[in-house]
Amino acid sequence: MKASTIKMLQSKKEQIIELWMENQMEDPTLREDLMSNEDLRVQSIELIDTLLHTLNEGNSTQVESQDFEPVFEILAGISLSRARQGYTPRETATFIFSLKDAIFSVLGENISDLSLLNQELLEVSKLIDSLGIVTFETFIQGREEVILRQTDEIAEISTPIIRVWDGIIALPIIGTLDSARTQIVMENLLVEIVNSESSIAILDISGVPAVDSLVAQHLIKTVSATRLMGAECIISGIRPEIAQTIVHLGIDLSSIITKATLASALRQAFTMLQLEVTKVRKDKKV
Amino acid sequence: MDRIPILKMGQFLLVTIQIDLYDRIALNLETDLVQMIHKTGARGVLIDISAVSIVDSFMGRILGNIATMSKILDAETVVVGMQPAVAITLVELGLPLNGVFTALNVERGMNLLQSRLASNPDEEEDEDDNPE
Repeated sequence: MKASTIKMLQSKKEQIIELWMENQMEDPTLREDLMSNEDLRVQSIELIDTLLHTLNEGNSTQVESQDFEPVFEILAGISLSRARQGYTPRETATFIFSLKDAIFSVLGENISDLSLLNQELLEVSKLIDSLGIVTFETFIQGREEVILRQTDEIAEISTPIIRVWDGIIALPIIGTLDSARTQIVMENLLVEIVNSESSIAILDISGVPAVDSLVAQHLIKTVSATRLMGAECIISGIRPEIAQTIVHLGIDLSSIITKATLASALRQAFTMLQLEVTKVRKDKKV
Repeated sequence: MDRIPILKMGQFLLVTIQIDLYDRIALNLETDLVQMIHKTGARGVLIDISAVSIVDSFMGRILGNIATMSKILDAETVVVGMQPAVAITLVELGLPLNGVFTALNVERGMNLLQSRLASNPDEEEDEDDNPE
């Protein structure tokens, strides 16, 4: 890009900002509910300031150069915050691409030499495209961070261990069991068995949507590990559909105590611990 | 060479493994234990592995071997106090130690052995009855 063009752009900064804001305001996807127009304006001005400040004759075609670091930093900050606020990809992309139109019209008004105009337009277009790519990369990165955090949270909250009775603990499993989760479930269960000195663990799978051979294998592993610790494991909450799938898949669960409901598992546990639950008699003999 | 002490408690043998088992020590333990069962006529073996934090397939096999050998010599084996990490490792190695009894701690292991022994004399009596 010619030095004169850059100088012209710098002097027309106010006009570019106005045009850009106008473009953004006209856009039907503008999210006034997520960000006020003042905030948007502050963001836009900061970005343009830094961009025009960075731009010089040498580096306009080399977006990879170190000079653009500050611009990228601002862009990354903007798109990260947008990713967290819940902007759609289209809205985020529109933010940076609407700048193109603003600069184009300023260039068009001020450069009369057609071949020069053509060349400058191409360069500006390229520059903004790479800015767009950076915006998008960081946007996706931000979204992935959100997803990762949620996955961690799910893994943390989804394995509560309930002490049902002295020596009996229950572990309701909700959601699909994959290898990573089984590992967490197994570890928590075994550690809790040691801590509470429980001899019976009830694994309730009423919240598991489907059982395939892999999930069944994970369950069998958990039961074997519990037995190695010296405790007995009962699997409860087996729905009819799951019983059907297990048989159709040819999975052998005969070595494991299975019960249809948590109540019957608890009853079984009481029997194993030689406990008896009786109704209190209220024979009021005066 | 380090040896793991084998304590005699009534009809049972008590083995407490306080160190990480190396192959050599494990093999010695196997030999010593079988000799000891033979010498004392013990009816049960209780192995406490609560201090063992590392286990490999060899160690798993040794535990299985000890159980099978004791069974041949008419003694039950109970492994007690297994750490969660050890249990997970054994399961992942595909060694669920079938035929070995397990208990959470030494106390429960002893109770288990005693109840096993309490149910066994009946069989002995039956065997005694038959020849007569």
